[in-house]
Amino acid sequence: MKKLAIIAAAAAFLGLAQAPTVQAAEEVEIPSRDWSFDGLFGTFDRAKQQRGLQVYREVCAACHGLRLVSFRNLADLGYNEEEIRTIAADYQVEDGPDGDGEMFMRDGSASDRFPPPFANENAARAANGGAYPPDLSLITKARADGSNYLYHLLTGYQDPPADVEMMDGMYYNAYFPGHQIAMAPPLMEGVVDYADGTPATVSQMAEDVTYFLTWAAEPHMEARKIMGMKVILFLLIFTGLLYAVKRKIWADLH
Amino acid sequence: MSGLKTNNRAVKWLDSRLPIVSTMNHHLVDYPAPRNLNYLWNFGSLAGIVLVVMIVTGILLAMQYTPHVDHAFDSVERIMRDVNYGWLVRYIHMNGASFFFIVVYAHMLRGLYYGSYKAPREVLWGLGVIILLLMMATAFMGYVLPWGQMSFWGATVITNLFSAIPWGIGDALVTWLWGGFSVDNPTLNRFFALHYLLPFVIVAVVFLHLWALHAFGSNNPLGIDAKGPQDKIPFHPYYTVKDMFGLGVFLIIFAAFVFYAPNYMGHPDNYIEANPLVTPAHIVPEWYFLPFYAMLRAITFDISIPFTGIVLIEAKLGGVLVMFGSIILLFFLPWLDSSPVRSARFRPLYKQFFWLLVIAAVVLGYVGAMPPEQPWVTVGQIATAYYFIHFLIILPLLSKLERPKPLPASISEPVLRSGNQSTEKA
Amino acid sequence: MADSAHAGHGGEGETRRDFLYLATGAMGAVGVAAVAWPLIDTLNPSADVLALATTEVDVSQIQEGQAITVTWRGKPVFIRHRTADEIEEAESVPLSDLMDPETDEARVVNPSFLVMVGICTHLGCVPLGQRAGDPKGDFGGWFCPCHGSHYDTSGRIRRGPAPRNLDVPEYDFRDDTTIVIG
Repeated sequence: MKKLAIIAAAAAFLGLAQAPTVQAAEEVEIPSRDWSFDGLFGTFDRAKQQRGLQVYREVCAACHGLRLVSFRNLADLGYNEEEIRTIAADYQVEDGPDGDGEMFMRDGSASDRFPPPFANENAARAANGGAYPPDLSLITKARADGSNYLYHLLTGYQDPPADVEMMDGMYYNAYFPGHQIAMAPPLMEGVVDYADGTPATVSQMAEDVTYFLTWAAEPHMEARKIMGMKVILFLLIFTGLLYAVKRKIWADLH
Repeated sequence: MSGLKTNNRAVKWLDSRLPIVSTMNHHLVDYPAPRNLNYLWNFGSLAGIVLVVMIVTGILLAMQYTPHVDHAFDSVERIMRDVNYGWLVRYIHMNGASFFFIVVYAHMLRGLYYGSYKAPREVLWGLGVIILLLMMATAFMGYVLPWGQMSFWGATVITNLFSAIPWGIGDALVTWLWGGFSVDNPTLNRFFALHYLLPFVIVAVVFLHLWALHAFGSNNPLGIDAKGPQDKIPFHPYYTVKDMFGLGVFLIIFAAFVFYAPNYMGHPDNYIEANPLVTPAHIVPEWYFLPFYAMLRAITFDISIPFTGIVLIEAKLGGVLVMFGSIILLFFLPWLDSSPVRSARFRPLYKQFFWLLVIAAVVLGYVGAMPPEQPWVTVGQIATAYYFIHFLIILPLLSKLERPKPLPASISEPVLRSGNQSTEKA
Repeated sequence: MADSAHAGHGGEGETRRDFLYLATGAMGAVGVAAVAWPLIDTLNPSADVLALATTEVDVSQIQEGQAITVTWRGKPVFIRHRTADEIEEAESVPLSDLMDPETDEARVVNPSFLVMVGICTHLGCVPLGQRAGDPKGDFGGWFCPCHGSHYDTSGRIRRGPAPRNLDVPEYDFRDDTTIVIG
């Protein structure tokens, strides 16, 4: 009987395990890095997230939107209300219509979302040689093994191997599916100036922006993992008690 | 059975007018169950509990969701980001669908192994197959609602299956299903309406399923009928506490996924908003549909009359027929397997073929996740063939040829060492 | 739980068993309550709704004697730039004449601008009196057409079925011409 149960469970889980293996088959192997948000007790790193926000604002935001994230969400990164208002005010947001029926631009406020860099997809494609820079709000969940993928994509620009013929306007990237990517290498040593004095190496910036965007994709991850601990601990004790009760009740029968 | 044991006058008053308390008592408390049920019998009540969890979380999500192509994706993300505990409710619902299928597949395999579909439980089994079909329809339409890339392309591919129906009916039917000329806002709206409706239809069929179950009582691991009250025990407290313990174990595994791997069973592409102009590189259905998807793709050839070149069934239609046939087939299982012995414990040959069927199903699941290339096409075809041969040829043959082991005299007596007690043959 | 099936066991075993049942039952009850709360809380205002709980209004464009209606938390808010006469009238009414006694001073931050939730305290209609041609009631303020409540130039109920003066929301002047409501 036990054998049967185990095999049935194994069969069910084998069924589960296969879905994620599909993508790995065709795409590039992505090495794993250590992230503070991995694991059962994983948390984000506020300093890295704040630097990542800076990288996003000064580099990525030129082409990539972050349309699902509001300025008020930045409180998660450790910013206070005043700092958030200052960051929001750096952006112009369309509002309206006013009394004359005209749309107008105003300073962003905490409740606004990051404004898009382009009016629409067609405008984005026109400005980027036909390629569409994807919105980054969910990027680490929208790619298999997203955080590792993002970091390695950002640091994976190389000279193409001799036997690869590059298409016009494409760049060779070791980790992009197909290796030819329309995005020019975005990170250059020192392209941002970190206020906390951290040297802005390409790998540092890639790591920081990955921290930031992993948070953006799953802002409640920390709360989720903490709650999970409590729930599972509770269930372990409760199930243990239920087992004891079950034993006691069934003891009369044998 | 036994009457209502209460001195509460209000309860008595109500019960004499609407016998709800005594009915509940009869079916959930005093219900006599075989005393030898093992843990595989937990999955039935577990499935009922998961259904309730899905309905409760689903109603809460429906209160926050917007069924419009322009807003659906963002409204789901609003649930994930802004609604209080919205991420929790959505992850429970999302993973709950997968676990619902795990539980129901386990429940069905238990029924297959112990012959629970055999007389007098054919209607019980048939109602279960109807529940499975309703679940599949509900799950499929639910997966469309977040309006991600997989939602959109899954909906497109699956609804296009109906275009395989010949004589122009198929195309008209697909247009009717869509309410337009592609999967679009009308499709999303009707899928949302049906996704909300069907679970309540499932609840109704579950009641019929229980009604049919309680007409003859549960099967048991020995597969023999109860000989008398010594073979049975009241459902409460024995099986209520056993089910509760099983629920606890289930919830631990479920919580591990919800809190620590909530997207493991999902697909990253569904976090990209639907785009009717770009198809993802691999379209893969949810894992619980993979075996059926593999059968759909196994028919890569037209079926024609030999040497004439007259095509009877085109490959596309053949795949659709095979896929739906694989489930419709289950309705006929009680008559395909006419062996009077229920439990595989006493059917040495059936037991081996049962495991072959399980392996074939797992292989089909694996093939369904692979790109349609060799060797997977051939492997899928072999596994599909086995699935049908198992039900249509092996089971009828086994019913005639297999010599079952002797059956024990009764549930309460331990299996005797000498095998001459076999009475359960009729 | 401990029903007839367990009769016949006595003494200490019984107590230990009862404790086990009690502990399990209590834990189950705690578990159910702990699950219920997040589910109920999903129906409370969400973060994006709460983020819009304050509204900023620029009042520099409102001429004396004019009024505007803005939306705050889904409700109409009346902002009237009162004339000197209207202020004078509102301040001079003796409290004894009022159905819901309240001084005008207590209802304004800057007497020139009267800010109120534009919902009749009777049954929730929106009173008339914002636009130039509207009936303003017998006291020069607002008039609710549903059941005939008359409000004065301070938004106080003077005649009709409404039980209270029009509510004044929490608000502040960020600067001379910007009001932050909420």
